Amino acid sequence: MKIIDTIRLSAQAISRYPLRTFMLVLAIAVGVAAVVLLTAIGEGARQYVNGQFTSLGTHLLIILPGKTETSGAGVTGVLMGETPRDLTLQDAIALHRSVHVEKVTPIILGSGTASWRQRQREITVIGTTAEMLDIQSWRIELGQFLPAVDMDVATPVCVIGSVVKNEFFGNTNPIGQWLRIGDTRCRINGTLAQAGRTGFLDSDELVILPVANAQQLFDAPGLFRILVQTTGPQVINQAKQDIIKITKSRHQGEEDITVVTQDAVLETFDSIFQMITLGLAGIASISLVVAGVLIMNVMLVAVSQRTQEIGVLKALGAQKHQILTLFLTEAMCLTGLGGLLGLVLGNGGVKLLSILTPELNFTAPIWAMAGSIGMATTSGLAFSIIPAWHAARLDPVSALAAR
Amino acid sequence: MIKLRGICRNFQVGDQIVTALNHVDLEIQHGEYISIMGPSGSGKSTLLNILGLLDRPTEGTYWLNKKDVSQLEERALAEQRQKNIGFIFQFFHLIPRLSARENVELPMLLAGKSANARRERSRDVLKSMGLDDRLNHRPDQLSGGERQRVAIGRAIVMEPAVLLADEPTGNLDSKSGDEVIQVIEQLNQEGISLIVVTHDPEIGKRADRHLTLHDGEVHHDTKKRL
Ligand SMILES: Nc1ncnc2c1ncn2[C@@H]1O[C@H](COP(=O)(O)OP(=O)(O)O)[C@@H](O)[C@H]1O
Ligand SMILES: [Mg+2]
Repeated sequence: MKIIDTIRLSAQAISRYPLRTFMLVLAIAVGVAAVVLLTAIGEGARQYVNGQFTSLGTHLLIILPGKTETSGAGVTGVLMGETPRDLTLQDAIALHRSVHVEKVTPIILGSGTASWRQRQREITVIGTTAEMLDIQSWRIELGQFLPAVDMDVATPVCVIGSVVKNEFFGNTNPIGQWLRIGDTRCRINGTLAQAGRTGFLDSDELVILPVANAQQLFDAPGLFRILVQTTGPQVINQAKQDIIKITKSRHQGEEDITVVTQDAVLETFDSIFQMITLGLAGIASISLVVAGVLIMNVMLVAVSQRTQEIGVLKALGAQKHQILTLFLTEAMCLTGLGGLLGLVLGNGGVKLLSILTPELNFTAPIWAMAGSIGMATTSGLAFSIIPAWHAARLDPVSALAAR
Repeated sequence: MIKLRGICRNFQVGDQIVTALNHVDLEIQHGEYISIMGPSGSGKSTLLNILGLLDRPTEGTYWLNKKDVSQLEERALAEQRQKNIGFIFQFFHLIPRLSARENVELPMLLAGKSANARRERSRDVLKSMGLDDRLNHRPDQLSGGERQRVAIGRAIVMEPAVLLADEPTGNLDSKSGDEVIQVIEQLNQEGISLIVVTHDPEIGKRADRHLTLHDGEVHHDTKKRL
């Protein structure tokens, strides 16, 4: 029996029962579409986070106080919040000794109440230096960023994010206005252009102070992080060694910092999101197994409906394996149709999502599409083996006599 | 061509054993025209099924073209059916969703014949059945007599040596029945061995040789002693 003839016979059988075919195709399509849609969402989220990290700028090192076992797992150390020894401004300044270090900027993070005239608002305060502008790729909208002075010089100026600006000043020009933060006052030097969240900071919601002022404000000498931009991506590792050596010498020979490359952070998040995407795909493929059970049912009914026909085929000289192939092909055609419809529906859904949330880039990964089709086919095949085998084994005489 | 020796066929029904065929001996030559008659339940269909290799005897030996086919395994049996046996039934057993032509082509399709060969052959066969204008009709668009003729076409499309007919006119009015008998007698004229099970004596009488079954035994055989 030729493959094309087998497929044609199966197609004829399928089109004979349009409702049955439609239901089954729909069940499979929903499963495949679910896989496509959910993995597209997972992938979209992963790419979004990736994009956020990349926007932090390349060849960046992040120094955290405290030592974690492997620097690759640095993120977890931060999450645990263990800080045995403070990183100080002097530590940050000392990093300039390395020839591989281009820019160093310390960060202090805290929250406080900002007020201007009668208006008051809880804000996030970040203490840093002029270098932060480049390192974070922030853009200035009005005025200027922090003045380029030594880290340890306190000047009563600040830069505000776009949301802070809008809430306090609306459309009026805030440059030169004095903003009160906690018990200090600072003159607004500039505002940031709206950017949304980049990396771990939402710059729109920030008030940015010189780091020395922030230290006074929070009355804490310890730095939250030091960001280091190296002279190039090739020297990341040398820079990292230098930083550890310099800090060690300043900390009585104790290696009590963690240097995280951006890659490491990125990889961690990347793998987390990949796991999530895989998990989503796994959950969605359960529906394909359910569809498989449905296929088994439908094929069992098909076999009992067509018992006489099977008897006829056998009387005409059909081999067992031919009958088996016919019914398996029928199941395959059904799952194939369902899979195709599922891809169309799923990708249609992805398109729709992309239109609704243009800031995220949703595309279903090829592996998910291929995998869900493979899964549907496998499930269809596996679950139709029993009915098809049942058909192939029928005794011709009793099959012909069946009603 | 066909030789049966001591063929028995028992069926287990509950804890009882029903003997459908009881030590049947039979020899059939190429090109013979035989009718099998006998009361209902006498074993006519069972004998035909065994001759057609759809069923296996419980006991006894069956030689088809000098080859012992009573011990063949399923695969070889199917092959023999495909090559040597044509079957037609009381209820036609056409595949309802296939056209007359596709039904006729089915055995060729199962045998892996090319689409071109099938088209040509099915057209010729249906033409010889007087159905040239019914090629693309589905069974539900055909009369009973036409359906049975399509079924005959399907049975002979592989040019088998034997045509087995189990009550071929049982579901037809007498006019269509006559037509069907004429068609298969014509085929017999052309050389095919024809074995017809019937309980219509008029049809039975037309055969060259009459076999009568009774309680699973050959009660009467008009075979000329040579
Ligand atoms: N599958 C079967 N199971 C049990 N008994 C059967 C079966 N097929 C036939 N028989 C019995 O065998 C005998 C012969 O049946 P059959 O060959 O169909 O008779 P006929 O065709 O002459 O009417 C009957 O008694 C029938 O009941
Ligand atoms: Mg009968």
